[in-house]
Amino acid sequence: MDDVLPPLPEPGPDGREFWDGCRRHELRLQRCASCDRARFAPRPACPWCGSLRAVWFTASGRGRVFSWTVVHRPTLPAFLPMLPYAAGLIALEEGVLMVGQIRGCDPQAVRAGMEVRVEFDDVTADVSLPHWRVV
Amino acid sequence: MRPRAAAIVGIGQSAFSKHLGVTEAEVAATAIGAALADAGLTPADVDGLCLYDIESTTIGDAAAVLGLDHLRFFSTHSHGGGSYCAVVLHATAALAAGHASVVLAFRARNRGRGSSYGKGSNEGGRPWEKIAPRISGFYQWQVPFGIVSPVQEMAIIARRHMLDHGTTEDHLGEVACAARSHAVRNPHAMQREPMTLADHHASRFIAEPLRLLDCCLESDGGCAIVLTTAERARDLRQRPAYVLDGVQCVGPAHHHPHDWFVFDRRRWMAAAAERLWGSAGVRPTDVDAAMLYDHFTPMVLIALEDWGFCAPGEGGPFTEHGALRGPGGRLPVNTHGGQLSEAFIHGFNNLNEAVRQVRGTSTCQVPDAELVFVAAASSDPYGAVLLCR
Repeated sequence: MDDVLPPLPEPGPDGREFWDGCRRHELRLQRCASCDRARFAPRPACPWCGSLRAVWFTASGRGRVFSWTVVHRPTLPAFLPMLPYAAGLIALEEGVLMVGQIRGCDPQAVRAGMEVRVEFDDVTADVSLPHWRVV
Repeated sequence: MRPRAAAIVGIGQSAFSKHLGVTEAEVAATAIGAALADAGLTPADVDGLCLYDIESTTIGDAAAVLGLDHLRFFSTHSHGGGSYCAVVLHATAALAAGHASVVLAFRARNRGRGSSYGKGSNEGGRPWEKIAPRISGFYQWQVPFGIVSPVQEMAIIARRHMLDHGTTEDHLGEVACAARSHAVRNPHAMQREPMTLADHHASRFIAEPLRLLDCCLESDGGCAIVLTTAERARDLRQRPAYVLDGVQCVGPAHHHPHDWFVFDRRRWMAAAAERLWGSAGVRPTDVDAAMLYDHFTPMVLIALEDWGFCAPGEGGPFTEHGALRGPGGRLPVNTHGGQLSEAFIHGFNNLNEAVRQVRGTSTCQVPDAELVFVAAASSDPYGAVLLCR
């Protein structure tokens, strides 16, 4: 990771389990305890059945590229040295979509359906970020 | 058709520029003053105020700047580009219910490259440049990974539209070129150089598949409208643009990329569109001109689909054969140049142009335009209104 850090999460009650999991290099997701559907981002109720009961589980960390962009123009300083970079939506095996960086191949070679695996960057003592590497 | 409860009777705007060098409150006051003068009314007539909740000139600020001392109805609506039809709908509801007799609505925003007046995200400048080192809310699920700005979010949505429906760069480019063909005729537009598809395709990538010319402008400027009851509108100096009908819509997915594709947008969008057309008693084919929120070209295609101007996925082909180009195309869209070529006023300038079309005073006038459709940002909680003679 570069010297300039990207904005990092300040987890609230909804997201703490996810970000704590990242520190242990585990991808933690919520699943509705009533209708069994996995969801992301974490939220207090199930958007499909309304249940407030949820359980957390560790996802496989496997997914496929669902859509992506190749970013060319700078925004925040932390992302400047990476340009151009690929980031997009990863469709996890568990049926949720998650935004992430796509690594391990030329940004121009990224295609929909590519298999990716999660990897974690320990950015600070208290934050690790999940990224996605092409298999 | 429904009885017409309200009408837009005044429109106003400031200059549009990369940098006006004044506060957003001054921009607001300029646009409001012009709109009231256009209507032949004064601040003393105003008893209602409907704003975007991200407006830096708040309800209280506006009252203080303009000396509004008998406001009896005021409301705010969330989201930037999603708000400009909602404020019309709120004003219309207030007028129909007798809670106000003259309602002001406006948007003033200084987001040109040179403009940044404060640290708050609503105080001018680019909001993403003010993202804090530690973040909560939805930003935590995308910003740490490099999806920071709206163009990057919309690029992800656009890419999937291309994959699913065969939408092409030519389709995106035609949205931009049609807008520019209108702006060329509009002396207030910030971008008036003619543009070809080749120019579009040669412009640099910002976030693939979106290029510079797929993106709205960064502008300083403001727009305002004045609404009153249909009855009073008949006695004022301008031809009224009656609010025929309107609707708001939102579902579990808006612009947060992780939600956009998980939920089926068609469910609530089809219901909202059917509600609007059914209630108004008109169909998309009756519309003479459409003002669609064009922060990025693909979102115009999605708005065409959402509101039933074409089938889902067919927004791209709909643009072919000059369909969006006024005054003679099948559905002239954004006949002032829109956010892409006139100015980015969070859509409010689209509203002003809709009124001009109904009045017959656009610089790209559709002959005898009687019914104009206006839709807010398809990527936000949004909505639409129909204006008519």
